Order: sequence, then C-alpha cells, then structure tokens
Amino acid sequence: MANIRQFCTFCLEDQFFGVPVDEVQEVIRYQDITRVPLMPDFVRGLINLRGQIVTAIDLRRCLGMADRRADQLPMNVVVRTGDGAISLLVDEIGDVLEVGEDSLEAPPETLRGPARSMVCGVYKLPERLLFVLDTEQAVAGGDDAKKSN
Amino acid sequence: MGDEEIIKEFLVESYENLDRLDQNLIVLEKDPGDRETLASIFRTIHTIKGTSGFLAFNKLEAVTHVGESLLARLRDGLLSLTPEMTTALLAMVDAVRQMLEAVGTTGSDGGQDYKELLERLKAFQDGGKADVPTGETATGTTEAAPGAAVRAPVSAADAAGPAATEKKKRYEPLPDRLGSLLVEQQRITGGELALALAKQEEGDKHPLGEILLGLGLITPEELQEALKTLNESRNLASDDATVRVRVTQLDRLMNLMGELVLTRNRIQQWVGNENDSVLLSTSQRLNQITSELQEEVMKTRLQPIRNLWSKFPRAVRDVALGCGKQVRIEMEGSATELDKTIIEAIKDPLTHLVRNAVDHGIEPAEARRAAAKEPEGRLFLRAFHEGGQVNIEITDDGAGLDYEKIRNKAIQKALISADQAARMSEREIANLIFLPGLSTTEKVSNVSGRGVGMDVVKTNIEKIGGTVDVRSKPGQGMTVRLKIPLTLAIIPALVVTSAGDRYAIPQASLLELVRLEGRQARKGIERVHGAPVHRLRGRLLPLVYLNRELKAGSAAQDAAASPVASSSGEELLDFAQARIRHEQWIGRLRQVLDGKLTLAVEQAGSPRECALGQWLYSAGLNDYGDIAEMQVLEATHRHFHEMVRAVVALRVKGDQRGAEREFSQVEPLSKKIIDLLTITEKKVSETENVNIVVLQADDRPFGLVVDEVNDTEEIVVKPLSQQLKRIKTYAGATIMGDGKVALILDVLGLAQRAHVVSEVRERAVTEKEGKPSSGAADGNQGNAVLLFQYGEKGRMAIDLALVARLEELPGDTVEFAAGQEVVQYRGQIMPLVRVSEALESKRPKSAENGRESLHVVVYADRGRSVGLVVDRILDIVEESFVTERQTGRKGVLGSAVIQKRVTDILDVPGLIAAAAAAQLSAAAHA
Repeated sequence: MANIRQFCTFCLEDQFFGVPVDEVQEVIRYQDITRVPLMPDFVRGLINLRGQIVTAIDLRRCLGMADRRADQLPMNVVVRTGDGAISLLVDEIGDVLEVGEDSLEAPPETLRGPARSMVCGVYKLPERLLFVLDTEQAVAGGDDAKKSN
Repeated sequence: MGDEEIIKEFLVESYENLDRLDQNLIVLEKDPGDRETLASIFRTIHTIKGTSGFLAFNKLEAVTHVGESLLARLRDGLLSLTPEMTTALLAMVDAVRQMLEAVGTTGSDGGQDYKELLERLKAFQDGGKADVPTGETATGTTEAAPGAAVRAPVSAADAAGPAATEKKKRYEPLPDRLGSLLVEQQRITGGELALALAKQEEGDKHPLGEILLGLGLITPEELQEALKTLNESRNLASDDATVRVRVTQLDRLMNLMGELVLTRNRIQQWVGNENDSVLLSTSQRLNQITSELQEEVMKTRLQPIRNLWSKFPRAVRDVALGCGKQVRIEMEGSATELDKTIIEAIKDPLTHLVRNAVDHGIEPAEARRAAAKEPEGRLFLRAFHEGGQVNIEITDDGAGLDYEKIRNKAIQKALISADQAARMSEREIANLIFLPGLSTTEKVSNVSGRGVGMDVVKTNIEKIGGTVDVRSKPGQGMTVRLKIPLTLAIIPALVVTSAGDRYAIPQASLLELVRLEGRQARKGIERVHGAPVHRLRGRLLPLVYLNRELKAGSAAQDAAASPVASSSGEELLDFAQARIRHEQWIGRLRQVLDGKLTLAVEQAGSPRECALGQWLYSAGLNDYGDIAEMQVLEATHRHFHEMVRAVVALRVKGDQRGAEREFSQVEPLSKKIIDLLTITEKKVSETENVNIVVLQADDRPFGLVVDEVNDTEEIVVKPLSQQLKRIKTYAGATIMGDGKVALILDVLGLAQRAHVVSEVRERAVTEKEGKPSSGAADGNQGNAVLLFQYGEKGRMAIDLALVARLEELPGDTVEFAAGQEVVQYRGQIMPLVRVSEALESKRPKSAENGRESLHVVVYADRGRSVGLVVDRILDIVEESFVTERQTGRKGVLGSAVIQKRVTDILDVPGLIAAAAAAQLSAAAHA
C-alpha cells in the first residue's frame, strides 16, 4: 500500500468511474446548458461557471451510452485540462476514494468501443470496479477510439 | 532584486525615449536649425548615457557617449547636420535599441562592439572643429539650478568607453540643462553658452547661471524664470500624477469590469419586474455608475495612435532613402485613442500600408516632376472617430492604382474571369489588391514582400472586426481607409433568437433590420434557382436561414455533406407541391390496386419514403414542426401508411376485395392529410413573420433570417475553448442578463458557411468551366442560362454569364434621353431595350404602361450596362443544349431545346442593333 491515490468518483449508467482528484477543479449541480450547434453531439454546450464559460461534455455520449431520461439532470465534474476548464456531465457524484496502486490493472483487452481509449485503468474495489477515466481523451470525445473502430 | 527593478525601469523608459529619438532626428533632418528638437535629442541620449554608466553597461555608454559628443557639437553650432550624419545617428539609435534588447534578454549589453559605427560618428565629430568642451561644465553641487541627473556618469562609465577619454570626470550633466534651456528660450546663443562654459572650464568656480549673469548675457529675471522652468519640468517627470500600471493588471480590471456589466444586466432584468421605487432608483444609479466606470476603465487601456505612428517617420525615411524617393509624412489626429490590444493588432498592417505607399505609391522625384507634381511625395496619415469606430486613412499623392494592370493581372492569375473584370467597377477593381496572389508591381523590392501582403492586411484588420477600403485616382494617389472598433472586450451586439437559442451578432456588421409580416412575408421571399432571396430596395439580397445553417451541419456532420448539396440536391417542396405529390401518390396506389403497378409492402408502409414523407421528415418538420397541425399531420400520415401497408399486403395476397375495402378507408385519411396541409399553409402564411437581419460580410450584404430579434446589448466577449474555435461560425460567447450563455456569431464565418461569400477565385473557376466564350455559342454544354418571356408567349434564353443583375424597376423611373428610354441605375444612366419590341420591330409604346414595374435584365458589356426589359423572368436553368444556328432574325442567335421546349437564344449585340434600328424608324415616323 505504498502508493495511494485519490479519485473523485461518479456513476454513468450503472458503472463506476473516477478521475484523479488533483485534476478536478470542482463539482457543481446541474447548470443551464446553452447548446452549440454544429458541434459533435457529445459536446452538450456551454455553461456559466461564475462568469467563466465552460464547455460541457456528456460522458454518456462519449462512451456510447444511451442518453439520460429527460427528468434526470446531470451533475458537472469540472476538470482542468490543457484547454482550460471543461465540465464532464455525469449521472451521480460518488465519494472521494483512496485506492492503493496494488489494486490497479490495465483495462481488459476485451474492452471495446469508445471506452477503450478513455479508460486508462481499472481498480478492483471490494464490491465493484472503478474505471479510471483519461480526461484528455474524454474531452476529445474519445476521438481515437472512433477512428480505430 | 533592486537592480533588476531599476534595469526594468531603465529599459521601459529608454524604449520610449528611443521612439521619440527616431522622430526627433527626422524632424531635425528637415530643419537642422531646430534648436529645441536638437536639445531634446541631446537630453535623451544624455540620460541614456548617464543611466547606462550608472548601471555599468559600458558598451552602451560608449556608443551613446560618442553620439552625445557629436550632438553637442551640433547643438553648439560647431557642425551642421547632414543627411549622412542623420543616418549615422539613426544607426546609433538602432545600436542602442539592440543593446537594450540584449540587456532585456541576457542582462548584459551584448557582444558587439560597434566599432565601425563609433568610428563613423567620430569621423563626423572630427570633421568639425577640434576638441571643444562638449557642453558639460564644472560640478553642479553649488549650481543654482539643482536640476536632474543625480545618477550622473561617474568614473566607471568613463573608464569603459574608448571614446570617453575627455577630461570630464568632474562634470555634472545638470548645468548644461540650464544652458540648453536658455539657448532654447533664445536668451543666449550657442556661442555665448560655449563662452560661459569655456570660462567654467578655465577654472571659474561659479555656477553657470552666475557666470552668464556676470557676463551680462542674461538678466536675473531670465535666470530666475529658467530655473523655475527647469524645476517644473523635473517635477513633471517624477510627479505623482502618473503611475505606471502593468498591462496584466489592466486586463484583470477589464475582466472584472465585464463581470460587473453582466451582473448589472442581470439585476436590471430582474428589477424590471419589480415595483419597489427605492430598488428601482438604486438600480438606476448602479446602471449609471457601471456605465461610467466601464468607460473609465476602457480609457485606462486607451493609447493615442501617436504611439504607433511615431515609428513611421523613421520607417518612411528609411524606405524612401532605400528607393531614392523624397517623401514627407504628415499626420492629423495622432491623439486619437484606441484600445491597447487594437493598437497592437493594427501595428503590422498599418506599417505595411505605409511602407507600401512609399515603395509603390509615391513615384521617384523625376517621375513626379514629369507629372507636374512637387518632387517630394506626401504621405498623409489621418485618424478620427466616427460612429463609435476609429477611422484611419493612409493617403499618398503618388501614381495611384493602375486599374488596367490590376485587371489584367487578376485575369492572368485566374482570380477573376474576363467577363467579371469587364463588369467590375473601379472601386471593385481597386479592392482586388487584397486578394491573395495579386501583386501589382513587376519587381519585388526588399521593402514589400516581407510576408505581410495586402491580403494579410485585410485579414488582420477583419479579424478585429474592422474593414479596409481603397480608393484611388490614377495619377493622383490612393487612400486606404481602415475602420476599426474602439475596443474588443465589450461590444454592442444585437441579440436574436433562432430555434429557441439566443445568439449575439456584433453590431459592427449590422446594416439594418427588415421585418416582413403576413402576406408580405410570403411574397417577399423569392427563389433564384432554389436559393432564397429578398428584394431590398430593388436589389436582390441573398437570404440565409440561421436555423437551417446551424442545423444542416450538425445532422450531416458525419456524412460530411455540404449544406449546399443538401439544399439544392433535394427538391424544396412547399405546401402546394406537397399536396400535389400526395395526390399523385394516391393515384399510384390506385394503379397498384388495378394491377398496373407493383409496390413493395415495405415501401408502401413506410411513412418516410413517399415524396410527402421525405419532405415532412426533412424541411417540413424542421421549418414548421412547432405548428400543432404539423404534428397532427405527421401522426395522420403515419397512420395512413399503416393502412396503405394493409391495402398492399392484401393485394399482394390476391385479396382484391379486401384491398378495395381497406382502400376505401384510406381515402378519408388522405383527404385529412390534404386538409391539414392546407390549414397549416394558411396558418404559416398568416402568422409567419420573417425577421431579416441584414448583415455585411466582406462587403457583401446578406440577410440572416432569424425567429426573433430581441434587443441590442453591450456584451462582454469571452473566448471559446480550443475545441469550439474550430467552428468558424462563432466568434466567442457571452453571458446574458439572465446568467445563461449565448454564442456570438462570426458574421464572416457564417457567410462563408452559407456560401454567401465565396472566394472570387472559386467563382472565376466555375464560370470559366461553365462557358467557352460569350459570343458564338454553338455547342453550349451545361451552360447556365436565364429564361425569360417576351411578348405574349415568346420564350428566350440569355447566357447567365452576360447577366449582371436582375432588377425590378418602377415604371415611373423611366426617363428619356436623346429619344431613348433610360433609367438612372447605380449612379449611371442605363439605356433600356424592350426585348419584345426590338425583336418584333414594333414601335416603342413605353408611355402607355408607365405605371407598371419593369423586369429588367441588366446586361454588362465593357463597363457599360444595358437594361433589357422583358415581360417575365421564368427561370434559371443549367442544362446542356445545342444551339441550332438561325440567321433570319435580328437579335436571335439561334434556338435550342431547353427544359424540353424550344427556346430562342438571345444575341444581345444583335438585339441592341435591332433596337437602335427600331428607334431610328420610329424617329423617322415621328
């Protein structure tokens, strides 16, 4: 248990994801989104984060999952990227978890679809698996995966 | 740490001084007797020398020292300034600049020793009289004028400079300030000063002022006054009245200002619904203060354009000298202020324009003399505020643009076609110089062709929301006018709604707003070959539907289908046509039942495959989906196809009777569909108002159709993330009064997306491919022609390439000139030819129908326009056809089968001749 890392966790459909805590700027509840026509559909639009304009990306769409029900409002996980802050839209926010490096494994070879390029590791937690999201890839909408498939 | 601060300060100060030096030297060159300027130059160099000595930048000190010595001789009238000397002094300024840059980056004054420059400067100095005191006098500690320069050059400085061998260690620079001031004020002459200084040199321990008094050269009052001035000027320099502020600090201030404006907007929106009078007045006050504050904050970022212009005299001198021309630069409105970021943005384009004007615009002296102009060219810079924008004009009195040359070059480079060129006005031709790839000079000089061509000038100016325009009179010169916004951070914008979303449009590109209501809306929008247009005061305005433009791409993005293909490829049905298609489809179903046609069950059952369905699920629901009847229609239509499926299935099974029974139930549904279409159409025509925002992109107006025009607002421009920047349709985003984000449209990007603005080049290519030559059209292939009707049923085609415009002119605008019908058209007098009369050799009967409006096809030939009056414009078609020659009739080239109908091909020159003949005969009759 030498290396312990902290992850900000969240749910998408019934899956459990996490991004390193130090990449997360903040977590906020649902904000009105202004859609941006002509953008790929995983870019849901722009939100006003206290005067800063932030692009909101729907992780469900990035991962090729079905859209949320209309009454299910997503939460914003605002991450810092090379291109400024980006908001990742997720279903539910989980706790900040501390996990040991020893439970980390590379994503299984059988992992297919857009998730392939966006998941950079899997932690085996006692009850469930935690997928580590590569935020840069997610922000790009899993472009690489789409190209290779 | 402290040293660093001092060095930084020194650099900032010195840079400013250097820019002034450049300017002053140019001024001095023109007028070598200008003592004030000379004194100012001397002081500047002296300060730099002093500080660099203090900071132990030895080379810098050495160079400035030699320069200073030369200047001292000039100032004392021992030498007079020659152009060569100016060049050397300018070179010294450059060297100083170079060294300062080295100081800024490496912390030392660089590795070069400027030996050659030093020798050059010294040579001039020696050219004058032998060693005379350079203007510095005995120590100023007891000096009555306790002037500036406390951090005077001390021993370290002198030890360094190879030229600094003069006996001057004990000199304080300050007394000579008094001396030069007195000279400036013309109280004493340079010679008298030299005399007094020499006295000091000889060991007179009295301060300079007292020596001068003693010599009776000045009065005590004069001395008093001069000392006072000196003190004042010193105070001014170190006064608390100004503070240096970091630009980042100002940026931060500006950002916060933006936040405040947004918050203000929000509060105002909310207060609008309240009745509390205290709240109302408080918010009014807030509004007022915010506006004032905004203005003040903006002002902190404003700089006079002088800061930029001050570099030009030097640039002009260098360029002029380089190409052996004489150029004088004049400026007006150099105090005009602009935002710092804008000044930076226009620096390169403006410099290019100025260099260009000197290099290409102004002719060499001999050529000017030959053209009866004064040998010295004049470059005139003018800046002024107008309508919330800054106008900057660069005018030269040179040869002006050679329209013919530009025209030929543009044709040669296939940027435009010969026909286009013939049709272009002089102003349009002038603006061709902004096209990439068009260089009008034969020889490339080292001045132009430095990477910033005229096209880059235009792009850069447009990038900051400005415009460029050129006007030129051959032989008299040319003027380039830039229109630049004052600031980029907070701009006025028009807010519109489209498909439920708000968008901001920068007011700078807004021309006007047009609203068409009810019936007008239906009539006001016509189609030219599928493309919607609106006649705005007689001119055709191409229309762009914002909702379609923003939708077309997102749906077709993966398929990479261009929006043009989708709009012209599929047929654009309207309600009437939709009804007809549906009835046709029912007819086919009947035939299926009768066994004359077969139809697959699947196809019959699909609500998307019939013509109506195709329209319904694309344009129909897209455009009118918000109308309730349209929703009902969609459901009914789906139901209808389910029943049709049953009908066809029964028929396929051979159950004719069952199929007939089912079919009888289909018919009422079909009728309902027709009714729904009719009702929706009526509703649409009654309620649909069309809001057209007339915008200008790249000098071309176009109409943007939006759902609603909301309001104008001051918006704060926020940049988009990298990802979104790729889409050229948006210029940024902003936060609206309600806290939501709205996108700012990039008008140029949008126009390009909608293909309203296409590269001239593209147009040229398509036209070239489109047609061989204008005259003999024997084997026209895939040629675009305009079809029109003349007389009762005559059908005729004219090559579209020959058509400049289609106009509808009121009949009462027709006037007579020399017995011929003419109209005033775009500032010209355009003769009219009535096609039917000319072809049928009838007498003109124009007077009778003066009330009606005329359909005019404007034909342009070598810059001259002729208006062909036709009875009706039928269509524009692109079809390949073969013209069969026919020589019998005047004005007819031949005939061809176009759209399956025999159509005459118009011979315009022949027609004009025929019209002239008809007119002659009419005259003979009269």
